[in-house]
Amino acid sequence: MATVALPRSERTGFRLLREPALIIPIIGAGVLIYLAVLPLFMLVYGSFEKEVAPREFVTTLENYQNAYASPYTYSTFVNSIIFASGSAGLTFLLGTMLAWLTERTNTPLRTLFVPIAVVPLILPGVLESIAWIFLLSPKFGYLNVALQGLFGLQAAPFNVFSLPGMIWVHSVGQVPLAFLLMVAAFKSMDPSLEESAMMSGANTWQTFRRVTFRLLMPTTASVLLILFVRTLESFETPALIGIPARIYVYTSEIYLAFNEYPPDYGRGAALAVGLLLLSAIGVWLYTRSTRESKKYQTVTGKAFRPRQFDLGPWKWVGFSFLMVYFVFVVLMPFLVLFWASFLPFFATPGWDALDKLSLDNYRYLLGFRPFWDALQNSIILATSTATVAMILTSLIAWIVYKSRLPGSWLLDFLAFIPITVPGIVMGMALILLYVAFPLPIYGTIWLLMIAYVTRYMPYGMRAASGAIVQIHSELEEAASASGASWWETFKRVTLPLLRPGIAAGWIYICIVSFREFSTSVLLATGESRVLSILLFTMFEQGQVTVVAAIGILMILVLLIIVGIFYKISGRFGIQT
Amino acid sequence: MIEVKSLVKIFADGKNAGVKAVDRVSFNVEEGRFYTLLGPSGCGKTTTLRCIAGLEKADEGEIIVAGEKVYSASDRTFVPAYRRPIGMVFQSYAIWPHMTVFENVAFPLRVGKQKVSHDEIRKKVMTAIEQVELGGYEDRMATQLSGGQQQRLALARALVREPKVLLLDEPLSNLDAKLRERMRVELRELQRRLGITTLYVTHDQIEALSMSNVIAVMSAGVTVQEGTPREIYLQPRSKFVAQFIGSTNQISGQVINQASDGTGTVRTDEGEISCGILSDLRTGDKVVVVVRPESIVLHQRKPSHGDNVLEGKIGAAMFLGEYVDCTIELGKNVLETHQPHSLRVRRGDSVWVELPPTDCMALPAEQ
Ligand SMILES: Nc1ncnc2c1ncn2[C@@H]1O[C@H](COP(=O)(O)OP(=O)(O)O)[C@@H](O)[C@H]1O
Ligand SMILES: [Mg+2]
Repeated sequence: MATVALPRSERTGFRLLREPALIIPIIGAGVLIYLAVLPLFMLVYGSFEKEVAPREFVTTLENYQNAYASPYTYSTFVNSIIFASGSAGLTFLLGTMLAWLTERTNTPLRTLFVPIAVVPLILPGVLESIAWIFLLSPKFGYLNVALQGLFGLQAAPFNVFSLPGMIWVHSVGQVPLAFLLMVAAFKSMDPSLEESAMMSGANTWQTFRRVTFRLLMPTTASVLLILFVRTLESFETPALIGIPARIYVYTSEIYLAFNEYPPDYGRGAALAVGLLLLSAIGVWLYTRSTRESKKYQTVTGKAFRPRQFDLGPWKWVGFSFLMVYFVFVVLMPFLVLFWASFLPFFATPGWDALDKLSLDNYRYLLGFRPFWDALQNSIILATSTATVAMILTSLIAWIVYKSRLPGSWLLDFLAFIPITVPGIVMGMALILLYVAFPLPIYGTIWLLMIAYVTRYMPYGMRAASGAIVQIHSELEEAASASGASWWETFKRVTLPLLRPGIAAGWIYICIVSFREFSTSVLLATGESRVLSILLFTMFEQGQVTVVAAIGILMILVLLIIVGIFYKISGRFGIQT
Repeated sequence: MIEVKSLVKIFADGKNAGVKAVDRVSFNVEEGRFYTLLGPSGCGKTTTLRCIAGLEKADEGEIIVAGEKVYSASDRTFVPAYRRPIGMVFQSYAIWPHMTVFENVAFPLRVGKQKVSHDEIRKKVMTAIEQVELGGYEDRMATQLSGGQQQRLALARALVREPKVLLLDEPLSNLDAKLRERMRVELRELQRRLGITTLYVTHDQIEALSMSNVIAVMSAGVTVQEGTPREIYLQPRSKFVAQFIGSTNQISGQVINQASDGTGTVRTDEGEISCGILSDLRTGDKVVVVVRPESIVLHQRKPSHGDNVLEGKIGAAMFLGEYVDCTIELGKNVLETHQPHSLRVRRGDSVWVELPPTDCMALPAEQ
């Protein structure tokens, strides 16, 4: 039997990373700084620079003056706040209502609605906005026309091109997120806490007010906060509905600064720095408040069977709510896109429209090069982003959680930074970095890939570190004690146990990359155009029914990805 | 079979100097024996075991397993865990959730240095599975087994490679009381049948007493006493051992004389007691006399003869099923005794206790 010399500071007999591997964390830190820190540095730097003559710059505060002291600033600010807080509130209300009805009451068919409530996740934000324009446009929106006909109204009852319209459209797209967060909150609540309140003589209402509600307070705060920040950062609804309606928010100002002629990068950067700060503060508050809400959660993470409220006859009210939500919020956007994709031009549904239905739009797409280029770009980007991001984050998560090398917390922190960077800010920062950068990737999909990998790194980290942390070290040690070398251990025990978590992360990043809009809108030009951007430009040009057809095909691709995910997760036993 | 010499393991602890989890521990496990490390939680048992397994690298000392030096600080030998001839059962069982029962057990044969043929693997795995009475479960996913079955599976996996020594870290502590009792018997039966040298770690004195050939009692990283279960129980050499194993009564006093045969007399507040006395004690030393509850004989009338008869009052009597737990007030001291069901007494009754000298031990009062 072989004996080996004893390295001085090795901690245990077996670790993936041995002595010389200190280089790996240093390389990791280098990569992360390049991806996450350098663009932000360039952004801040760029916000103080002004081009006075071609390629001649001076350092100045003028950009900030232009950005924040203009007469529009105030209205933009107010719009942003109304948009973000209105959406956060409405999304939270709808999400909590759905979560409560499906998790904690005896509403009929409630379990059926759980998967349905998350279906809107499949609809990219751009399509969500387009679908609701089809439904609620004051001139031709189907719902408006139908209601006018039904009640003999003179004017359209709804106008999607308004702040309330924007709030509605953005909210229904975000509801699944709020729903999932609130379901988790309801699930993690120990029913014995409520039961002991009952046993202490509290009636249902008192129990709700003094125990349930109090327990949910910290979660409520953190969910509202994250919804607020995500709305502030979003650009889909502000682009497709806000800009035509001349309702500008923070993100649209950045976009317009970039798109005016000549583009004012300095002002855009100054605006982006402000949005970045807001978002960073939001994320910071959010992490604090989730830590707060963890205090009330059971540490074991054990699933409880929550107590069910008997709604009595009210359960039919709950059921109606769920049905209305399902038909009008979940189903209709899909249906209207589907319907429109068969029309030569947008028309109200009716018997006369039936004759016009055809496959012409799809036939047109067959020979439409830009569509195929964009589809190819989107698929390449989604798969390569997911692969690169998961390899990178798995290695980093491994260093952070298993090697326990000094300074590995820094890697964790660096990989977390992009979560605070709104998509459009990331786009702005990368433009400033790569316009002057020696690497000739500006205008190619590789720039987009760098942007996506950076943005989705935090998601990858969460999936990978979750998978790594849940592998009890005794599982690896048992392999070692069974005679397996570290490579055998890694291959036969560690990797198979990591695979489900990493696969889940891969699929998730694949999906969000495929539907990405707010970063691509600044970076994807000409040959690097992706599907979401193609939708946006064609919709602006008025080819709305072709856009609907592209949308339907895009949804199909996403459904295939999700289908693969469920197949894989079934095989690996992933809990979703 | 296992020789541990002056083993030291220090865990670096941030700013502090470090935790000395194991402090110059030495012991020797002979071939075929069942050797137990017994001690309260945190005393360094697991660490010792993991050093022997090679999962942890000690800081000082030497470890020899099956005649091979697997660790030595002086000549910088360290055989990695996977090259040591050991089988190990972890406290959490560490059953791989992505494998079936069969695959779990086959793993050590598949990763080993010498290639084992397919048929041979099948034969050996089935033998191991039969040995632990898991026959018929081989195609189940490992996670579908109950706690007790997972424990057997872990055992089969540790045995399938036919290791020279078996290391067990509190293998029964996750089972419920009834199952634990049964597994104690089965485990010992299996060990005896295979004749495999076993190092067992537990904090449960019943397990240690009922299964071991030799017990080493550990406290704060050191072994305080080594001996057969009988010696450990009946002749504790320190207050710590007496208190940790079983329940015990203590009466403080002072040595007044000592015979060469290891007996002597101690003066206590309640009178003089003849008892066994450790040879390193001297006349005049402060001691505690320890006596087990079940050794105490209770008389309801003053006995005409007998040693160490002291008068007291019944404090409380509690019916515990197997026996009656009866406390007796003896001046300032309260003695706990175990008496048969037939005992009929009332609080405050006068009684006489007899402390058989052979069951009493005088131990140093200070540690
Ligand atoms: N990996 C570790 N890092 C730091 N301290 C440890 C580690 N493992 C054990 N210890 C410390 O060493 C001491 C002995 O632990 P252990 O051997 O696990 O005790 P036992 O198994 O007897 O309960 C304890 O004080 C424990 O906190
Ligand atoms: Mg232990």
